[in-house]
Amino acid sequence: MSKIGVFICHCGENISATVDCERVAAEAGKMDGVEFATDYKYMCSDPGQTLIKNAIKEKGLTGVVVGACSPRMHEPTFRKACAEAGLNPYLCEMSNLREHCSWVHEKNEQTTEKAIDLVKMLVEKVKKNKPLNAIKVPITKKALVIGGGIAGIQAALDIANAGQQVIMVEKEPSIGGHMSQLSETFPTLDCSQCILTPRMVEVAQHPNITLYTYAELEHLDGFIGNFKATIRLKAKSVDYKLCTGCGACTTKCPNKKIPSEFNEGLGMRTAIYTPFPQAVPNKPVIDRANCTYYQKGKCKVCEKVCPTGAIQYDLPDQFITEDIGAVVIATGFNVLKTDFFPEYGYGKYADVLTGLQFERLASASGPTLGEIRRPSDGKVPKKIVFIACSGSRDPAKGIPYCSKICCMYTAKHAMLYQHKVHDGESYVFYMDIRAGGKNYEEFVRRAIEDDGVNYIRGRVARIYEKDGKYIVKGADTLLGSKPVEIEADMVVLATAGVSNPGAEELAQKMHVSYDAYKFFAEAHPKLKPVETNTAGIFLCGACQAPKDIPETVGMASGAAAKVIGLFSNNELTREPLIAVVNRSAPPVFSTCVGCFMCQTACPYNAIEREEIKGRDGSVIKTVAKVNPGLCQGCGTCVAFCRSKAIDIQGFSNEQMFAEVMALMNE
Amino acid sequence: MGRLGGALMSEFEPKIVAFVCNWCTYAGADLTGTSRIKYASNVKIVRFPCTGRIDFMLLLKAFAEGADGIIVSGCHPNDCHYTSGNFHARRRWVIFRGLLNFMGIDVNRIQFSWVSAAEGAKWADVVNGTVTTIRELGPYTEYRKAADYLVQQDKSIIDGQEALIKSVSSL
Repeated sequence: MSKIGVFICHCGENISATVDCERVAAEAGKMDGVEFATDYKYMCSDPGQTLIKNAIKEKGLTGVVVGACSPRMHEPTFRKACAEAGLNPYLCEMSNLREHCSWVHEKNEQTTEKAIDLVKMLVEKVKKNKPLNAIKVPITKKALVIGGGIAGIQAALDIANAGQQVIMVEKEPSIGGHMSQLSETFPTLDCSQCILTPRMVEVAQHPNITLYTYAELEHLDGFIGNFKATIRLKAKSVDYKLCTGCGACTTKCPNKKIPSEFNEGLGMRTAIYTPFPQAVPNKPVIDRANCTYYQKGKCKVCEKVCPTGAIQYDLPDQFITEDIGAVVIATGFNVLKTDFFPEYGYGKYADVLTGLQFERLASASGPTLGEIRRPSDGKVPKKIVFIACSGSRDPAKGIPYCSKICCMYTAKHAMLYQHKVHDGESYVFYMDIRAGGKNYEEFVRRAIEDDGVNYIRGRVARIYEKDGKYIVKGADTLLGSKPVEIEADMVVLATAGVSNPGAEELAQKMHVSYDAYKFFAEAHPKLKPVETNTAGIFLCGACQAPKDIPETVGMASGAAAKVIGLFSNNELTREPLIAVVNRSAPPVFSTCVGCFMCQTACPYNAIEREEIKGRDGSVIKTVAKVNPGLCQGCGTCVAFCRSKAIDIQGFSNEQMFAEVMALMNE
Repeated sequence: MGRLGGALMSEFEPKIVAFVCNWCTYAGADLTGTSRIKYASNVKIVRFPCTGRIDFMLLLKAFAEGADGIIVSGCHPNDCHYTSGNFHARRRWVIFRGLLNFMGIDVNRIQFSWVSAAEGAKWADVVNGTVTTIRELGPYTEYRKAADYLVQQDKSIIDGQEALIKSVSSL
């Protein structure tokens, strides 16, 4: 016989203003199986919880229903209180009288009636609740960091410095990411590589970090604390154990006309290459798609010049499997290319560049060694136009969001240009200047006031070429949309930050959600910014949304702190609200008929096959079995099951039918 | 029986059950509350972990027990907390709708919708819209009559089965 306790909270006046709480408690007291019912002003307060605890002890309650706020708010509070009073926490349920009743209805008879019904529904459910125990799973204390940009580097170093093992996977031949391409960084104008490269070296030399470059995540299985990652090590065609990084191969490679990815196509590289001089690891890979040997079957110059015999043409892709406990996604972002913009020449004008290309021009390690020169003819541009919000904040282009970093880097670009070309004129077309951040606004003011950059508020409608100049036609909206026409030598588009091309595929591999723009989605926009919806997978940096370096580094350290926190325990406690397949005595064993519809339904591959064997070892029956580590408790399998053999604890068929029947019968 | 009592009132107050998922619509309905947006009190929410969990037998049960209308609501496609539960629910709904229609059950009484955790106002609209629709359709007595008839028919069979079970277990 059930002895249910019902506790109705007034929530100050939040509930009692529209619901007659005394009446709800009185009606609840009359319900079948209810032993004790009362109301109190603040049930979640200390005296309120004591009230519940005392009632459990004194009345010997077998179940508790708290009619208060949303269970999403206080279910853990009341379950904890029940556990402290010796009642299994999963025998406590909450009836949502605040968000779903008092706050959304007027004060009248129906509202109180509805509250009574809601309580009754949960009373009937809790009668069917079964005591459950939290599941404990072991944790593998090794983290996988995907992406070797500044976000990944920071996260990996923080985790490694806390004494935990880290595996870093980077798809390019070198770590460093976009930050290694930058010339100077705002708002201090310190050299990007000067602050980044020591970190890159630290990653390579750290005893707790295993670095896999030219590698990608192939597959991820498992669950928090117990992932299994398969990593594809793309064939480098160079044996890194033998290679000393002398560079003989890269200087002698005859195929020298391949646009360099690192220089955003403004410089050339060879087929066997290290992306940039400070690369980590500073050893080359062969780009097979552009290598003469792979394409035409002969050449092998690199093999001839290599003093250590490190070139191995027939090395295949390798796959390694690692047990890991947590994943940090730090795959970064990309920028739109100029060919995205028909109005700015579809990428056919050589001197219309993206911001990232301008970074390479301005960088001392870039193709022009830091001199601003036109890619078309090598001349120093005397008049340069920067166009902010190229693509960003433009719903017509499918990018309604603000790319956040462009205002700042455009100011920086204009400033760098003025510093390098003293007689040059620079113009910035902008929509708004968004310079939120420490010393950011001052930086933009410096560009305008000290360096004389001309800021024009307005959009550029079109760019076209005329006599070797680029005619930039726009409007100055601060002068009543007066048309502006500038004959520029070079145009730099602050193109929108977009997600990486492979982001969607990676997200699907890891069961992580992503937004409409294929940026990875955080678990909560405010309170869980570095978590994903999949437990044990964290994210940081611009793979979540465009962001600047300080924010990325902060987020990376945040993700690292979450991983370190997870690894501080030897076991993990999980909610037992998972699916189970019923088992019974022979000769039935289970009502499962072995159709395995549940297996097709399960998004987590949590359903396994279990063979029930007789004493002689022969298989009597094959039934489904739920892996409690993998099951997340969605219950999709339950609705699929034809024989109702699989059920989900906490939301069982019995409980749900009881709720529905309670709600309707009066 | 009290079940049909609502039909006699001057303005019919339909009984509507909402089957919602914990992560999107339940949270969205919480947001409706936090935003203090008012809606009709005819709808009572039953919380499920995921729309994929919602067995359509529950919907039929709700109709049999006296519901005049049903709302099923979960995360928008691609937003499922469990990655694909809502797709299963959608597929099941498409098939089930056809089956209901074939059986002569009024599918207009079931409102299938997506309400995210951020769409508090949308939840109020869904509820109010459904209440209006069901109010126009009137009380759903046909299903209940049929269900009651079937229950009576089945009762003799069930009694027979129970007697059989008793006799078997006493062996």
